Amino acid sequence: MGDFYSYFFGHLPQVWSGLRVTLEATVLGSIVALALSFVFGFMARSRTVLVRGVSRVVVEFFRGTSLYVQLFWLYYAFPLLAGYQLSPLFCGVVAFGMNYGAYGSEVVRGALNAVPKPQWEAAVALNMTPAQRMRRVILPQAWAQMIPSFTNLLIQLLKCTPLLWLISAADLTTVVQQMRDRTGASTWAYLTLLVLYFVLAYALTLLMNALERHAKARLGQRPPARSLLRSRTSQQAAQPEVTAGGAL
Amino acid sequence: MATDPLQKTTSPAAATDAPADLVRFDRVVKRFGDHVVLDRLDFSVQRGEHVTLIGPSGSGKTTILRLLMTLERVSDGVIWVNGEPLSHMRGADGNLKPANEKHLREVRRKIGMVFQQFNLFPNMKVLQNITEAPVNVLGLGREEAEERARELLDLVGLSDKVDAHPSQLSGGQQQRVAIARALAMRPEILLLDEVTSALDPELVAGVLDLLREIAHTTDITMLVVTHEMNFARDISDQVLMFDSGRIIESGSPEKIFSDPEQDRTREFLSAVL
Repeated sequence: MGDFYSYFFGHLPQVWSGLRVTLEATVLGSIVALALSFVFGFMARSRTVLVRGVSRVVVEFFRGTSLYVQLFWLYYAFPLLAGYQLSPLFCGVVAFGMNYGAYGSEVVRGALNAVPKPQWEAAVALNMTPAQRMRRVILPQAWAQMIPSFTNLLIQLLKCTPLLWLISAADLTTVVQQMRDRTGASTWAYLTLLVLYFVLAYALTLLMNALERHAKARLGQRPPARSLLRSRTSQQAAQPEVTAGGAL
Repeated sequence: MATDPLQKTTSPAAATDAPADLVRFDRVVKRFGDHVVLDRLDFSVQRGEHVTLIGPSGSGKTTILRLLMTLERVSDGVIWVNGEPLSHMRGADGNLKPANEKHLREVRRKIGMVFQQFNLFPNMKVLQNITEAPVNVLGLGREEAEERARELLDLVGLSDKVDAHPSQLSGGQQQRVAIARALAMRPEILLLDEVTSALDPELVAGVLDLLREIAHTTDITMLVVTHEMNFARDISDQVLMFDSGRIIESGSPEKIFSDPEQDRTREFLSAVL
């Protein structure tokens, strides 16, 4: 244990650089994924069969093929065909973005469909243009419904980033594995990784929960009391009133 | 009606075959699959008139309002509003063809609707529900739209709910906001689709009183689907009794409610009164 941690803390700059790669791939990958979610999600609702078809094919392709193989393809096979090498981070961002964009498009499509039809009709009755109906009425309501699913996808994307190791990008996992190789302390190295990824994922969860509360508040809905702490404090806050009423 | 100043007579074609009524259904058929909801329906509504549609559920009353609001398309026949075809537009050859979105937007301007389930936008507070379309559709300035929205909230008795979320309001309050929202678009024709059916009994009277006031103090043409027969009697100029997609009887409220000619009407009224 001591060996591993003295090595770990002695080489913090390497840890930071690994962490940076992981975060860059996660943030950039999820931005690409979010954009593609909306592109493919809207395409899936198009009246034109061709547009719907293109969206369907792309989504099914990326859902149905392995992310692992896609990474290999982009990094090792693509250069043989195209004649130039893509950077590992770029490959990661594209592969993560396409994959989670494919999953995310289903979230977008489902959430748009879940907005009650009378909301569309009320917007028509007010003579809004199709674009106004979507932007002003439907999307703000659908967005609140998308966030919990996006949270799941975002965390899954984070947890896929160790695959970057396959294409020689030195992400957090790669760095810590190298330290394990130096020190031989497998237990502590992998335990450290578990904790680090949990902390990252939990930070993302908190961020997304804040976003969800904000979106729900705009719809006039009460925030979901998901945190144990919050629901207990609100119960305790309600308690004195009850006792006071009973005593009187 | 031929001298109606609002009647458009610029196009010779419109002058010859456009009816003078504000709303006219001309052999309108609406089918959902094999089910015929409206069967070659003919009726007309004059400017400023209040027409109530009564009849058993499923007799096609709501479908008429939805066709007028362009939420549904006719299967056959033509709906005329102010001498313009609503469901159709004139092609280059002068013949009628099904309307496109641009034409629909143009004719919808005159028409507003209040729904059974209110359908307020939950992502907007009360004031914005009312100002949203006037600002973005009519192009009113925000201040002007807000001032007018406040006046309307005053009219519907909810001046103190400007900043509330729709979810914080009772059904009756939500429906009043929905009425204000529809009025904010200054419609010439207001469609009321069973607007009190989803309300708790104690909230119905307040909404009906408000609608009575609007009916008696404005010149808005109204088409009303309701099961509130006393309300229908108070505000209507004309009552249409529907059964199975057809008008089986029409006339003044006094006539229909006191001395109906059809047995089916008598039967229906005795069941709901």
